[in-house]
Amino acid sequence: MLSGGDMLIRALKDEGVEVVFGYPGGAALHIYDAIFRQKDVKHILVRHEQAATHAADGYARATGKVGTVLVTSGPGATNAITGIATAYMDSIPMVVISGQVQSHLIGEDAFQETDMVGISRPIVKHSFLIKHPSEIAETVKKAYYIAATGRPGPVVIDVPKDMTHPANLFAYEYPDKVKLRSYSPATRGHAGQIKKAVQLLLAAKRPVIYAGGGVVQGNASGLLRDLVNMLNAPCTNTLMGLGAYPGTDKRFVGMLGMHGTYEANMTMHHSDVILAVGARFDDRVTNAVSKFCPNAKIIHIDIDPASISKTVVADVPIVGSVESVLTDMIALIKESNEKPDAEAIKQWWQQIDEWRERHGIYHKTRYDTSSDLIKPQDVIKAIWEVTKGDAYVTSDVGQHQMFAAQYYLFDKPRRWINSGGLGTMGFGLPAAMGVQMADREATVVCVTGEGSIQMCIQELSCCTQYHLPVKIICLNNQALGMVRQWQDMQYSGRYAESLYEDSLPDFVKLAEAYGHVGMRVTKKEDLKAKLAECFAMKDRVVFMDIMVDQSEHVYPMQIATQSMRDMLVSKTERV
Amino acid sequence: MRRIISVLVENAPGALSRVVGLFSQRGYNIESLTVAPTEDQTLSRLTLTTLGDDHKIEQITKHLNKLIDVVKLVDLTEGAHIERELMLIKVKASGAQRAEVKRCVDIFRGQIVDVTSTLYTIQITGASDKLDAFLEAVGDASIIEVVRTGVCGISRGEKVLSL
Repeated sequence: MLSGGDMLIRALKDEGVEVVFGYPGGAALHIYDAIFRQKDVKHILVRHEQAATHAADGYARATGKVGTVLVTSGPGATNAITGIATAYMDSIPMVVISGQVQSHLIGEDAFQETDMVGISRPIVKHSFLIKHPSEIAETVKKAYYIAATGRPGPVVIDVPKDMTHPANLFAYEYPDKVKLRSYSPATRGHAGQIKKAVQLLLAAKRPVIYAGGGVVQGNASGLLRDLVNMLNAPCTNTLMGLGAYPGTDKRFVGMLGMHGTYEANMTMHHSDVILAVGARFDDRVTNAVSKFCPNAKIIHIDIDPASISKTVVADVPIVGSVESVLTDMIALIKESNEKPDAEAIKQWWQQIDEWRERHGIYHKTRYDTSSDLIKPQDVIKAIWEVTKGDAYVTSDVGQHQMFAAQYYLFDKPRRWINSGGLGTMGFGLPAAMGVQMADREATVVCVTGEGSIQMCIQELSCCTQYHLPVKIICLNNQALGMVRQWQDMQYSGRYAESLYEDSLPDFVKLAEAYGHVGMRVTKKEDLKAKLAECFAMKDRVVFMDIMVDQSEHVYPMQIATQSMRDMLVSKTERV
Repeated sequence: MRRIISVLVENAPGALSRVVGLFSQRGYNIESLTVAPTEDQTLSRLTLTTLGDDHKIEQITKHLNKLIDVVKLVDLTEGAHIERELMLIKVKASGAQRAEVKRCVDIFRGQIVDVTSTLYTIQITGASDKLDAFLEAVGDASIIEVVRTGVCGISRGEKVLSL
């Protein structure tokens, strides 16, 4: 016989949860007492509930497991909302347990009461309100099952305080599995559709494979690589998909979309068959949908039927798990003994290589390196070198995020951890903590800016408490870089509220105040040596404040309301 | 195009708000909505009418299906179906109007369910356009109060929506 609080924590243990990120408060205190009296489930005390959700999110992205969050009612719950929305937009499996006021007080505007189920409704995959302590075990099982299967997403369990009261004991049994009559996520794709897709791909003269976060989440990177090799087709990854296909492979044409590479966007625009795998034709990818890839037949594999033909109509829709569908496609190609049209594919690669040569950012340096100022792109390249391309890289949101996405070439999935859909500033540091919790030995880098880092900077304290030696690389341009870039481009350089005017803290001293190492880099020639020094301090949190060129813009940049191929490749060149 | 979507949802707290929330969140219209438990006490049946082209309706049904509380749904307007709506209406009925309104009610096969010296309370069932037609026939000037249930519907023939 267990109390509700004990049952909840016991259920987490039985579910295999190793770590919970959270913050206590009145309505959650019975649960926290249950945590105190056991050793199996570790709790990480963050400094703000938003960070708990981002940390659990980072943990989930790095491991593929479900991240777990525990917060109290009212402000604890509302502070978690940004992180839940972040996870929802990027389809990250997460369970958020929120304390709630006692059930008889619900609806009476009690102290620290908020309608968590209501407030989180548009940004969760599902939510539960515990009505009786005996429901706890089954609800936890359901929550983890729903969060992890199908198109993953966050699930909220709202737990009124009286449900966890230590005086009320109930029988506990954790179910082996749950069945929900109204929930049966798709698994295998339709055989007929898969056959059609294979025929279309084999007949293609200018194919391209456009792979997104679904490949990472669906653990299908190996299969993707096999398929790309068999077809000898170019592969592009979305912002969420980076690492799904090896970034250093010759068939990788880079990220696509608004800040995608010239060659990726050109390849998409001129293709005759697009295989979209676990990607959702986001508006930051397609540019104007009406002008999107006019000559391409589109095959779209996704586990979520609602993603298919949502913005761009698919010619061959395939609902199913990416892993299963790619396995079937590969088997079918092998069986058919057919090969792609070698001559056509050769010409296609010649064309792509020509694009790479013309404006490709990997082929040669496209930004001005003549000035004495440190270029943000060079910082990312140097991080890649010093970490041998094998670090976990989390990022915040803005220019630094795009530079990291462009210049850190990820060869493995689950290494690039960023808020792609919601674009949440403040994500990077707590996400890095979550990654470091998942792998205590790993090199974890948080690429950030002086704007984003200040949105969750309090977590430097959490890093101290739990010895999470993440490396924070702050590309400090003393401005909200992406905002400033848009103001340069669209508002004649009127920098409305995007400049800090000498109000920034001394990040070196700040890091030191938290007990960490702070370093500042102002000279180009010091960059590599200082980075090497930073990464050599394996056991320390290092905050590197790198002063970069404020005037730098992210290019390429697609031109709004135009097609994939309409881009600015520098401040002066429009293609 | 106007569509009638019939949905079986778990008879659970919050299920209705998830459905309604989905519509407002994604900018879909709800023209009418009715909901009540079915013969199976664990299920409620919800009928909603909405407007949209095929693309929008496809998205609506896909997103509805994604809700964990939605067990099954059908777009009734895809096939032959019966739709009904019930309306209660208070109409001025004094002097010469009294006989005129009564005749109109008979024509529309309605019933007068309550009477005062100056008012008739009328009940009419039928498809929504019949109810609209009745309102027009009676005329704005005579109408005191109108309440409509919203559409409910069912497929014709052997086709059923059940588990």
